[in-house]
Parts: sequence; structure tokens; C-alpha cells
Amino acid sequence: MSSEAHATLVAEQFDDQVQQHQAASLGMWIFLCTEVLFFGGLLASYNIYRYLYFSAFETGSHHLAVVWGATNTAVLICSSLTMALAVRAAQMGKRNLLITFLVLTLIFGLAFLAIKFGFEWRHEYLDGLAPGVNFTYTGPNAHHVELFMFFYFALTGLHALHMIVGVGIMTGLIIMATRGAFSNGHCNAVEIAGLYWHFVDIVWIFLFPLLYLIGGRY
Amino acid sequence: MSENVVHIESKKLYITIWFVLLCFTALTTGVAYIDLGPFNTVVALVIAIFKASLVVFFFMHARHSERLVRVVIVCAVFWLLILISISTTDFATRRRIPEPRWFQNQPLILQHLQPGPTS
Amino acid sequence: MGAANAAVLQSPAEGYAAENYLNAKYGIKSWLLTTDHKRIAWLYFLSTTFFFIVGGLAATLMRLNLIQPQGAILEPETYNKMFTIHGTVMIFFFLAPAVPTVLGNFLIPMMIGARDVAFPKLNLLSWYIFITAGMVLLYSVIAGGVDTGWTFYTPLSTSYVNTHVLSAAMAVFISGFSSILTGLNFIVTIHKMRAPGLTWFRLPLFIWAMYAASIIFVLAMPVIAITMVLVMLERVFHVGIFDPALGGDPVLFQHLFWFFGHPEVYILILPSMGVISELIAAFTRRRIFGYGMIAFSSFGIAIVSFIVWGHHMFVSGQSVYAGIFFSAMSMAVAIPSAIKVFNWTATLYKGSVSFEAPMLYALGFIGLFTIGGLTGVFLATMGLDVFLHDTYFVVAHFHYVMVGGAIMGYMGGLHYWWPKMTGKMYPDYWARLAAFIIFVGFNLTFGPQFILGFLGMPRRYAIYPAQFQFLNIMSSAGASILAVGYLMPMIYLIWSLKYGPDAGPNPWKAKGLEWETASPPPTHNFERTPVVNEEAYAYGSEPAHTVVAS
Repeated sequence: MSSEAHATLVAEQFDDQVQQHQAASLGMWIFLCTEVLFFGGLLASYNIYRYLYFSAFETGSHHLAVVWGATNTAVLICSSLTMALAVRAAQMGKRNLLITFLVLTLIFGLAFLAIKFGFEWRHEYLDGLAPGVNFTYTGPNAHHVELFMFFYFALTGLHALHMIVGVGIMTGLIIMATRGAFSNGHCNAVEIAGLYWHFVDIVWIFLFPLLYLIGGRY
Repeated sequence: MSENVVHIESKKLYITIWFVLLCFTALTTGVAYIDLGPFNTVVALVIAIFKASLVVFFFMHARHSERLVRVVIVCAVFWLLILISISTTDFATRRRIPEPRWFQNQPLILQHLQPGPTS
Repeated sequence: MGAANAAVLQSPAEGYAAENYLNAKYGIKSWLLTTDHKRIAWLYFLSTTFFFIVGGLAATLMRLNLIQPQGAILEPETYNKMFTIHGTVMIFFFLAPAVPTVLGNFLIPMMIGARDVAFPKLNLLSWYIFITAGMVLLYSVIAGGVDTGWTFYTPLSTSYVNTHVLSAAMAVFISGFSSILTGLNFIVTIHKMRAPGLTWFRLPLFIWAMYAASIIFVLAMPVIAITMVLVMLERVFHVGIFDPALGGDPVLFQHLFWFFGHPEVYILILPSMGVISELIAAFTRRRIFGYGMIAFSSFGIAIVSFIVWGHHMFVSGQSVYAGIFFSAMSMAVAIPSAIKVFNWTATLYKGSVSFEAPMLYALGFIGLFTIGGLTGVFLATMGLDVFLHDTYFVVAHFHYVMVGGAIMGYMGGLHYWWPKMTGKMYPDYWARLAAFIIFVGFNLTFGPQFILGFLGMPRRYAIYPAQFQFLNIMSSAGASILAVGYLMPMIYLIWSLKYGPDAGPNPWKAKGLEWETASPPPTHNFERTPVVNEEAYAYGSEPAHTVVAS
């Protein structure tokens, strides 16, 4: 264990590790609370327009690929599992296990982004369903369908942005873990990164039915 | 400072939750293909809330966290609901208020003044 | 320096503390890379004062223009830009930061006996985010300005104007994150870093007020952030989220904006109310009457403030039923504020009242905030608001609460804690004179505006009917007096840094942990962590205080 790890054990504003850990955890939960309201503004707007233009939103939703959406949901759930196991490994001080699970989480995250951007967004753009850049849908209520597609891109785009940040955080954690920063149970950073990652998963758990499964697909 | 016992969950618990989450994802996708009318949305949301709760309680360790964390979670949900519900209520209640009967008998010139908000 | 109840046995040395946070390290890097909450407070002080001057200049131009009914010096388009800049700068870059980031940053750790906030580096990051936002805003001003009003109503802002809405919206978006991180920091600090023995009901009321304001920061700011994102996206992609021609609804924007916007104004007033509690206690030398009521009323305000936003939208096309709900809730939210005013007034009764400058600001606050708050109830009455909406009555109302209330609270707090922050005392005579001039100038500026609004003069107009000219001239004259009143502290406070007498650790002989340490404080605030075993504002046992010689 490096001496730097010892020296930065407890930051000077804190009295002990317990206080530091509780403060870090509470801070991240409050931050996630702000994220709920951040997405919440978009969700509230989406909800209003869905209420006003339900059939147009249904039409728009049917243009989305449920297969990819469901796959992505499964990918993120797997990534949550590996993240939780990574936190567990950090708590037990098992460095190699921690790195393994962090790398797996990273891979799942990248897979999600690849599917989202490479398959879904690319096809939606090529199909002329990208508002503002390439929107060529001319069915009934085209403007309202365009609204739906806007919210689709805005919500999944904001979510993807958070995933990208999460991927960056994973990379940072992997580097820190390989340098032994999380030995002996000093794993605040991994835990609160885990909280962030799970939150991003939860957002998708709601986005998937709200965007892909409107009005049913029967 | 309060005690900080580090609860380390078992691998089995995590894998069980993971499996349940995958099952419910399949369930919500499957149910979407069944015609339940307006209940499609309800079922989808109930399943989503259930899945999210599993993640919060088990993966995010909310069941072992201090009470303050649980208060924060409740507040986040509650405030989100305030935003969504009250704004939706506005749009849902934008009906024109009917003219009172005494107004209907007024001379024509007054009847050009329309009461109520534009809907 | 230990227990807060130790009389004078272990008091810090009198006079100016030789080794303190100001001279602990020298050089620009030690300031720009500091994590000391006290230094960060100074960074915020300088930047918010700068923005106050920018906003004040815009106001000056507006009031000069309004001397003549046809507009004295500005084209209407320029006038529109002036009121937009004035509102945006004053709200986001002066009032919202002022008490929380200057006084809050400096005092919260000290009042709870901590060495620093929970996340000092995050604190510094908040300031840098604030500065970034300020740069973007200055860019939008210099590049030609925005003319939509600080409220950015759509579809004007998204589809019709060709001014720099994108950069202004971006500036507001960025500043929101600065506030969110500050609020987050304060909540965790207050929960987790209180000194031993400092239970919740022993906390100073300033802490309660800051905590309530931080809750609003955390819950309301994200919504303005996403709203500004939507405005920016709409300007770029023209999808029609808020454009009726394309299926959007402008009222949706208003719902999102005011869901943030109303709690925002409580962010602006709550910290100042906390300051007033401190000032009233110190200058009547009594425990605040109804401590518990004031503490809970801060929370009551914070929570109820989130369900009243529609009172800004009575005439927007919002459902009348929603309007009824919002009107009723707006009446309710006045109650906790009234509770505070009653309790402060009750504290004055049979207290040992003295009238140093901070107390003058506090007393002014109580009177002016009451007027502002009551006129708010007028506006909350839906039937009356139909006539008063978008008139000068609204302008007068919010300036009474924001300037007569929030800024007076900030000035009072600045004058009260200046000796702690700098170790120097300013001349009380000039300070009291400035407070008086501000009071007179303020009422002369905004009193006539109630009448103007009632008579029907609309707000945000560069020109007006000739019969309103007299009152407008009176208002502009008052503004010039107000400006003198604000200039004076800038002079004597700076003067005091070099020529003022040493203040000593507790020039006001007040109660509170921040007074139990030297002035200026050492970097780590206390030589040893204090242990608290008395209630807040435990006055009553010492002899009468001595007026600090000026």
C-alpha cells in the first residue's frame, strides 16, 4: 500500500473516516436528487405532450426498435450487476476482482452507447425521423410526431450524455484501482460512482417503457 | 458520529436481483404486445417502479443506508410528482367555464365579452 | 478557545489576529486555488459586487430613460435589452449568490464549529462555474444583448427575436450548476459537521434559513437548467416545443420556468431572513422570540414555495381551476413569512435595543419586507392580478421584497460580520448615514411605482403616457439617491481595511460560535473544536454591551 493512500485517508475538514464516508454518500444522493429533477423537467414536458397528442406519440413510438431498446435495458441491468459486484469487491479489498468488474461495467456501458448511437440513432436519422436535421415524415399529425421524436432524442441523448460521463468515471476508477487506491476498504469513490451508475440505469428503466412501449404494440 | 458498519451484500443476492430485473424487463416488453387498453401504460409504469425500487434498495444499498438518505430519495420522487401532476392538471382542466345564466340574458353588446380563459 | 459557555477565561486575543486566514499564504495562486471557505467567500464577494455594478448600470440607464414619456436616452430595443440584462444579472449573478455564497460560505462552518465545508474543492469549483457563467453572460451582453426579459418567455425567445438568447440561456444554465453544488455542499455540511453538543435546536437561525434555501437550490435549479436546455435546443432545431404553430404550447415553458422561478425568489429572501434573525438577536440582546416557529417557518416557506408557481400565470391561458389552487396556496405561503415578522417584532419588545448600522438595516427590512409581502398577497388574489399583472405594481412589489428585503438583509449582514471577516471596524456614523440614505432613496424609487402600476402603467415599456411622468421622475430621482447610498459603503468599507480600528474577536458582544474565535479567524477557524452546551442566543447573564467606538 502506498504511503499516499495513508496520508489522504481522512480529508482535513473531517474528523474521522465515518464522517467522511457518510458525507460523501449523502452528497452523492443529493446530487442524484438534483438529477431526478433535471430529467424531471423533460419528463413533465413529455408527459404533457403525450397527454395532448397521444395517437401521434403512439405512431412515433412504433417507429422505434423495441428489440434494441429491450436489449439495451438488459445491457444496463447487467452493468448494474457488475457495478454492484465491483463495489462489493472494493469493500472486501479484493483489487483484481474490483478491476475485473469495473472493466466489465465499462464494456457494458460502451455496448449500450454503441447500440444507441450506432444502431438506433443512425437508423432513425437515415429513416428521416431526426427533427431539425433530417425529418421527412409526412403522415398525419407530422408536427406532433416530430415532437415525439424530439423528446425521444432529447431524453435518450441526455441519458447517453450521462452514460458517457459514467464511462469516463469508470475509466478513472480503473486507473486508480490499478494503482492500489482502493485497498483496505477505502472505497468511497467506488461506492459513490456506483450510486451514479445505478441512477443512470434507473433513468433508462423508465425511459424504455415510456418511449418504446407507448400504447402497447399489439 | 453514528456507527458505520459496512454491510457487504452476498453475491447471491445481487445475482438474484439481476435475474429478477431481467425477467421483469422481458415481462414489460411482452405485456406491451397484449391489448390492455389504457392499462398498458399503468402496468408498464408499475413494473418500472418495481424495477427501480429493486435497484435503489439492493444495488444502491438504500436498505442499509441512514434514514436521511431515504428521506432524500422520497423528496426527489415527491418533488418530481409535484412538477408532473400540477402541470398536467392545468392542461387537463382547461375547459371553458360555462356562461352564468344571468349573463346569457344580457343585451347583445355585453355578450361580446367572453368569460373564462381561451381553451 | 474551547466551550462556548466559558465566559472570558480562554477568549482569543483582543485586537487584530496576527496569524489569520488572510495572511496565512500570499500570492494570487493561494487565492485562486484556495479551498478555504473564507477565501472563497471573498472571491464570491468580489465577483458578485462586480455584477451588482453591471446590473445597477443597466438600471441607471433605464431610470434615466424613463424621465421622459417618449424615452429620454434609449431606443425601445435598447431599453428592452437593459431590463433583460438588469433582471438576469441581478437575480442570477448578484442576489442568488450574495448572501449564500458570501455570508453563507464564510459563516456556516464557523457557526457550526467546523473547520471547513464538507467538500472544499467542490466549493472552489462552484466559484469557477459561476465565473464561467458570468463570462458567457458578459459575452452575450457585449455581443449585443438579449431583449426577452429575464423570463425568456417563448415563443418570443425561441422563434422571434434575433438577439443573443443562446448565450444568455447558456449563462443561466451554467450558473444553475454553481448554485446546485453550493446548496449540496451546505446541506451535507450542516448535517454532518456540527460541533459536539450542537443539536439542531441549538443552531443559529441563520443556519436554519441557509439549510432551507439550500433545499430549494437543490430542487429548483435543475428545472431551470433543463428549461434553458429546451430553449437552446428550440432555437437551434426549431422543432416547435413551445411554438403553437407547430403544436407546442408556450404555457408549458411558463410552467417549467416558474416551477423554478417562484422557489428561486425564496432562495433570494430566505438567507436574508436568516441574517435578520441574527441581527435582531444581537442588537436586542435577547434570544429570538419563537425560535422554533422561525426555524420551522423557514422549512414551511421552502416547501410551500414549490406549489404556488402558477400565480405568475393567472392571465397566461392557464386553467382557471389551476389558478384557484395556486391563488389559495400563495395565500398560504405568506403565513410562514408573517410568522417570522411577528416573532422578530416580539423580540424587540422589552429587548435592550441599540441602533448600530446592522440593526438599522434589520429594522428597515422588517418594514419594507412587510410592505412587499403584503402587496404580494394582493397579486396572489387572482381577480386583482388580472388588472395588476405586468404593471409597475408587480415591479414595485418585487423590488420591495428583493431590494427592501433581500439586499437590506445582505447589507446588514455585511456590516455585522465585516469586523469578523476583516478584523477591522468601519465608521458607524457613515454606515448609519448610508443605511438611512438607502432607506429614503429606496422608498422614493419604488413607492411611486405602486401608484403607477395601480394607475395602469405597464412594465417593460420604454415609453409611457404623459400623465405618468411626474411619478416616473420621482422614481428616477429616488434611484439617484439610492445609488449614493450604495456607493457609500463601497467607500468606507474599503477605507476601513486600511484605516479602521481593530475590531477584536467580538465587537458586538454577540452570542454565536463565530464570535468565539479571533478576527480575522485562523485558517482552521478554531484553535480547538468547540463543544456546545448552551442554547442559541443565550443572552441574559452578562452586563450591557458597550457601543463600539467609531
